[in-house]
Amino acid sequence: MAGPDRNPWRRFLALPNESRTKTLIVAFLVSAICAALVSGATVILRPIQAANRAAEQQARIESLVRGIPGMSALLEQSGGTLSTVVVNLETGRAARDVTPESLAAALDDPGNWSALDSGGDIAGLGHRPDFAQVFLLREGDQVSLVLLPIAGQGYNGRIEAILALRGDMNTVAGIAVTRHSETPGLGGRIDEASWQSSWPGTEVRDSEGTIRFSVARGPASTSYEVDGITGATRTSNAVTRMVRFWLGPEGYGPLIEAIRRGEF
Amino acid sequence: MAGRFDFWSILTDPLVRQNPVTLQILGLCSALAVTTSLPTALTMSAALTVVMTLSAGAVSLIRRHIPDTIRLIVQIVIIASLVIVIDQLLRAYLAEISRALSVYVALITTNCLVLGRTEAFARHNPPVPAMVDAFGNGLGYSLVLTVIGAARELFGKGELMGYQVFALSDQGGWFTPLPLMLLAPSAFFLLGLLVWAIRSALPEQAEAPEHEPPPTGEPAE
Repeated sequence: MAGPDRNPWRRFLALPNESRTKTLIVAFLVSAICAALVSGATVILRPIQAANRAAEQQARIESLVRGIPGMSALLEQSGGTLSTVVVNLETGRAARDVTPESLAAALDDPGNWSALDSGGDIAGLGHRPDFAQVFLLREGDQVSLVLLPIAGQGYNGRIEAILALRGDMNTVAGIAVTRHSETPGLGGRIDEASWQSSWPGTEVRDSEGTIRFSVARGPASTSYEVDGITGATRTSNAVTRMVRFWLGPEGYGPLIEAIRRGEF
Repeated sequence: MAGRFDFWSILTDPLVRQNPVTLQILGLCSALAVTTSLPTALTMSAALTVVMTLSAGAVSLIRRHIPDTIRLIVQIVIIASLVIVIDQLLRAYLAEISRALSVYVALITTNCLVLGRTEAFARHNPPVPAMVDAFGNGLGYSLVLTVIGAARELFGKGELMGYQVFALSDQGGWFTPLPLMLLAPSAFFLLGLLVWAIRSALPEQAEAPEHEPPPTGEPAE
């Protein structure tokens, strides 16, 4: 018989399967190889997936605009395209040195984010970007529709949506939920067209300018409410807070004021 | 065991005679959930077959060196990693279908069919027969999914692969879609009918009645 094998790999393979060393090493090797495989696939495929998501968001914006009554006729009139503007949320004006193309790079810089204090942060975001990409539709030189991307903390995770406001900056024209992870069948129904159909026509502020918008518990009873979702009170509340935050002074408030003044 | 395998019977047995879904009643959750239309059923079948074949090959390659104490963990880790890779691929290249399949691709990990084959067959056999066996079982699963998916899409929407086959009554045709076919219970009914049909054709598959007093004191499951 030959002496003990010098090759450590063969020595390892020759160990009995019950040995603790072999158990640990096999566990480690299997985990390491699988981890490399999974991370590799994720990293390599991420750009393609991001492109898919962007295309999906574009499609949702288009279907949102098309779903608003009278909007497709308006779109054809004004050339069928929305103008895209990056706004500075602090000032409510169009950002000078950030374009839609450079927005992603600008948002990688933590200096372009503002921390929210716990009192004002009703949407549970923590930080808010200083720049946001909004979509404007004009009729003559008046803004007739504005699409505002909004986000907030839902019951299971972040909810992202696009809220459409009519030219008076007070009437909701529609909503499209672009991303959520709410419970399927309960809070997950926020992405169903049947629920979103109760949004158009809802008013945001009363005559004194206070935000009154909310998701009702049950069917909507005032013109400031949209229908609630049965069994999804926390998702409903999250949507209420999200809309209130983004239409308030910390969100698109300055922009809405500026559009009202006719600066866009 | 050494040497000779009857590849043809390993491959074709799971199609009908040993079908994992209709005979062994494995992997039902996904079979019920993703069969509302043919494209999702086919994608799911392909994903499961690929995962099962590759994991059977991987487990079979290292079968002599898997310590018994952690063998289930090792198998699950291998299966789960393959599932994640497949899921990422679907998300990248078949985004639309991957959204329709939603969580069920990720749930291939917990599909008892995959672990069942690696545990029962791949762990004791060389890689090539193991992969053939897994592929055959994948095909058996695919066959059932395809049949149920086609039936549900045809009777639920009057379509196959998205093409209108039956003229719908609200467009002046003769066929009224059956919305029940698009709901989960219809998959149960169809699967039940399928099992019934197969066991009528092959009576040896029928199980003995469950409530005869057992001759030995073996506890029922």
